[in-house]
Amino acid sequence: MKILVGYKRVVDYNVRIQVKPDGTGVVTDGVKLSANPFDDIALEEALRLREKGIAEEVVVVGIGPADLTAHLRNGLAMGANRAIHVVSGDAVQPLTAARILLKLIEKEQPGLVILGKQAIDDDANQTGQMLAALWDRPQATFASKVEIANDKVTVTREVDAGLEVIEADLPAVITTDLRLNEPRFIKLPDIMKAKSKPIDTIELAALGVDSGDHLKTSHYAAPAKRSKGVMVKDAAELVAALKQKGLL
Amino acid sequence: MSKVLIVAEHLDGKLNPSTARAVSAAVALKPEAVDVLVLSHDADAIAAEAAKITGVSRVLTVVRPENAHPLAATLAPQIAKAAAGYSHVFAPSTTFGKDVLPRVAALLGVAQVSDVMSVEGPHTFKRPIYAGNAIITVEAPASQTVVATIRTASWPASGNGDASASIESLTVDVALPAHTRFVELQQGKSDRPDLQSASKVVSGGRGVGSKENFDVIFKLADKIGAAVGASRAAVDAGYVPSDLQVGQTGKIIAPELYVAIGISGAIQHLTGIKDAGTIVAINRDAEAPIFEVADFGLVGDLFKLIPELEQAIG
Repeated sequence: MKILVGYKRVVDYNVRIQVKPDGTGVVTDGVKLSANPFDDIALEEALRLREKGIAEEVVVVGIGPADLTAHLRNGLAMGANRAIHVVSGDAVQPLTAARILLKLIEKEQPGLVILGKQAIDDDANQTGQMLAALWDRPQATFASKVEIANDKVTVTREVDAGLEVIEADLPAVITTDLRLNEPRFIKLPDIMKAKSKPIDTIELAALGVDSGDHLKTSHYAAPAKRSKGVMVKDAAELVAALKQKGLL
Repeated sequence: MSKVLIVAEHLDGKLNPSTARAVSAAVALKPEAVDVLVLSHDADAIAAEAAKITGVSRVLTVVRPENAHPLAATLAPQIAKAAAGYSHVFAPSTTFGKDVLPRVAALLGVAQVSDVMSVEGPHTFKRPIYAGNAIITVEAPASQTVVATIRTASWPASGNGDASASIESLTVDVALPAHTRFVELQQGKSDRPDLQSASKVVSGGRGVGSKENFDVIFKLADKIGAAVGASRAAVDAGYVPSDLQVGQTGKIIAPELYVAIGISGAIQHLTGIKDAGTIVAINRDAEAPIFEVADFGLVGDLFKLIPELEQAIG
């Protein structure tokens, strides 16, 4: 079985992002970029399935500008067999990303697609579900445990009410939650090896996907700031203050 | 004029309060109608609850044995079909809504607006990105159905007064896939208030130190009638189950009172509590980022301070 993994590059999760004063976007120049943390978990899970002999090949897919190649090399260094780079000047929205992935599925015929549950830049949490709908295949979102046997996948999902277990026929789309696994670190020799692994480059225009922006973003703003609080000296003072506000 | 269809969330025959929050967002559109869609194998009790929510015009029930469990692959084709004639389809931005609604949007061939914080116009909304560190104004095409999930922490639950909407049964003629099957739901059982709708929440973090020590958090919460939450660090350390996690990847809440104990206040955690009425932080580290957002801060050892707090509360 072949596994396709979505591997998005985003502003590193430790960066405190700044909104541009003119409201046209957030400052991304010179800001550290990394793999979306949920995508690292997706790749790790695919690699573990390969190590168990369930998958033979793990392919990472990235959509973005020409310099995304370096990011995809990280995925290869982590252990993916090869990469597909869909070259697109601008960031694409989830529906477009799903349509692009569907085109790649038609070509690659994977048995499983693993994506992160959301990207930490747009926080949309849509692409996996949309892909599953367009592909007309099962989806298992927010996965914290994945088991594959006899062409079926059993997934434990992190839902508000607790943990839900579902079973689905393959092929299917899984989106990863934080607790699915602990991604491995990249070792230096693997970075060297990754340099000789193949990256297929496809121009977005060549895929015949409608990449028109579906939602128009007109303004970016910083969130409302909370007013500065006070430090209290002991428990009694805290309780008195909360009682005065009618909270206790 | 707008006509809104809201997908009801429910479990064990009870309507989830997040549905009434989605109704508030729908009402903000000043629509012609707000209809609630209940997909279930046994919809009567749920529909009766939904009919009482202020602002609801009609409750539509789709009763099929396949709807016994909320599987996105099963529900989405029914919702997409039922959406005909509506300008907007909303669901709460809970794990249920996040799972099913993008699948509906893709079937309709439209984009989805996730986590609507405010309604600026029939097609214009505000939503958070970058873990709530930026708020964007987005415009959906006026020619298409607007599919959106509603950030529950941003909206009050619509009232539950004398309203009584009509309840109608709906037949949705659509073939359902058999490729996805429900196995089981393991619920964290709790007598405490529900984390997402509680007016008070007491949360513990890594500073609590162990699963056993977390009892002090539960005790304090019970004393003031609060729900219990936790930071990701506390969940990862195995102190409490993951359904208690508050933050970007857990639950986003807006209680009147939020008490963070032994929580440093990582960006991802603050995202989940930014809209709380009053934030109290108790931490031994005076430099912890949680104090930047706290209305009241208290520096010290939580094991000494919590008993003192309980005593002072009386």
